[in-house]
Amino acid sequence: MTVTLNVNGRTRTVAADPRTPLLYVLRNDLRLNGAKFGCGLGQCGACTVVIDGEAVFSCVTPILLLEGRQITTVEGLGTLERPGALQRAFIEKQAAQCGYCIPGMMMRAHALLLKRPNATRDEIRKALEPNLCRCCTHMRILDAVARAGELMREARGEDQGT
Amino acid sequence: MNGNRRAVNVARVALVVGAGCVVSACRSDIRPIEPAATRTFPESLVRRGAVLAAIGDCQQCHTVPGGSAFAGGLPLQTPFGTIYSTNITPDVETGIGDWSQQALIRAMREGVDQEGEHLYPAFPYDHFTLITDEDGEALYAYLMTREPVHAVAPRNDLRFPFNIRQGLAIWKRLYLRKGPYQPDTSQSDEWNRGAYLAQGLGHCGACHTPRNALGAEERQHEFAGGEAEGWTAYALDRTSPAPVSWNVESMLAYLRRGWHAEHGVASGPMQSVTSDLASVPESDLHAIATYVVSRMGEGPPEGKPSSNGGAGGASQMRQGANGEQPLGAAVYDGACASCHDGTRPLPFGGIELGLSTAVNAPDPRNLINLVLHGLPAEEAEARPIMPGFAGTMSDGQLTALLQYVRERFATGPAWRDLDKYIKEARDQAREKEVS
Repeated sequence: MTVTLNVNGRTRTVAADPRTPLLYVLRNDLRLNGAKFGCGLGQCGACTVVIDGEAVFSCVTPILLLEGRQITTVEGLGTLERPGALQRAFIEKQAAQCGYCIPGMMMRAHALLLKRPNATRDEIRKALEPNLCRCCTHMRILDAVARAGELMREARGEDQGT
Repeated sequence: MNGNRRAVNVARVALVVGAGCVVSACRSDIRPIEPAATRTFPESLVRRGAVLAAIGDCQQCHTVPGGSAFAGGLPLQTPFGTIYSTNITPDVETGIGDWSQQALIRAMREGVDQEGEHLYPAFPYDHFTLITDEDGEALYAYLMTREPVHAVAPRNDLRFPFNIRQGLAIWKRLYLRKGPYQPDTSQSDEWNRGAYLAQGLGHCGACHTPRNALGAEERQHEFAGGEAEGWTAYALDRTSPAPVSWNVESMLAYLRRGWHAEHGVASGPMQSVTSDLASVPESDLHAIATYVVSRMGEGPPEGKPSSNGGAGGASQMRQGANGEQPLGAAVYDGACASCHDGTRPLPFGGIELGLSTAVNAPDPRNLINLVLHGLPAEEAEARPIMPGFAGTMSDGQLTALLQYVRERFATGPAWRDLDKYIKEARDQAREKEVS
């Protein structure tokens, strides 16, 4: 069976059982290896992607739910040449240690900043609660998300100026 | 519904007519006292008070999420408007710092504040009225030794005529049966202890008993099931929807830990209840469990219902006409089965849905809340967690899943009005997000 998905703005058709978790399709069929397999139970957040603006666990999301929906993965935030605000902030704050949780952290932060561009430190902390980091770089991750918010605000300011 | 409306109108007239003549029904002022912070209480009394406050789950209503404990300000939505809980810290200006012990015990028993003004029964004095002098004293000692917090609750936003406090005199005359608790001599001491705690401070009936048009509990239907904050509070009487009968042991474990492998996980407002009860001595919880389980009576003989349900039509729902799987079954297989059809019992895996009270409940409200929002990981709480699907499942997909799960795993009839319940749950979540 084939299922049509919209991933990072591109329409992709994959031949897969509709019950397959999105994470497997992203990694195995579409070669988008940013989202990670952690627990497979929707409990650790390493697989987090954004669907229509909401952060979701792709490991427990069968693709049959997703026709017509906009899926954004960490690859959709920017490129090596042109990293997005979240990616620049995570590099600047050196928020990754082993890095396994980082794509999920970024995507949950992305969903938060879409909804609340001026999210406070408390809101960031609360929003990231479902995502785990075993290296304990939480404080740097919080710093990076706050910094990304600043970068986005600066960018909007510049936009207004031109 | 019409009956309800008529009753409300009759009550309105009665309240307006009555309001003028009941002012005298207010109680007298109890003089403010010197701030209690200057006094000390025996540690054992404070400890006992802490246990009683946990049994009463005082903090759930008197604390805003993330706010200072007992400082009040939590909005409670009622059919009559919004009521805000008050500050019960010993702050003199904005809390109850200048209340005497006598004033606190009178508030608990009669529903009046220090000045003698009627309190709304959102503060469940229809239960707290059973409190003994000794327990009132302990609770007072506990509250007066909390951190004083300066916080003024927002003004209540109640519709006319419910915004007139004098009208409460009539409400009390109709519905308030004052204590103290009268022991049932045909029952054991432990049963009576449990009844005193469950009916009194524990105020189980505030959620688990249905309410009439004036917001009073229907005593003839005590424990027949009610609702709270968008959740259904299951019946705790003989009509309990639990597929496996509760016993004292399972009830005790559930109240302590907030989950039981043969019943499910405490969710919604019950989660706060069980997290408070975790600190309560086992003897008190055992007494409460003894009483509550006795109210459920002898259930059907023990034995797990088949996890495959065995209810009619399930096999048809699993396999559609030309071999294509129907939507509900496919959603279940893709989103739910990896945990709920697994081999790991609670708390590490999901409950077999045939055992779940939510799946077997008379309405789909709690299951919808659970599927949409899951069981979020709470700070520092050891409890099962589950991902929510609000961001991925459309209403149509959710409806198909609910129909499938109900048909396959429950023994009850199909649920009606799924659209209405789903809309209510989504609206409530949206309101929460905005606030």
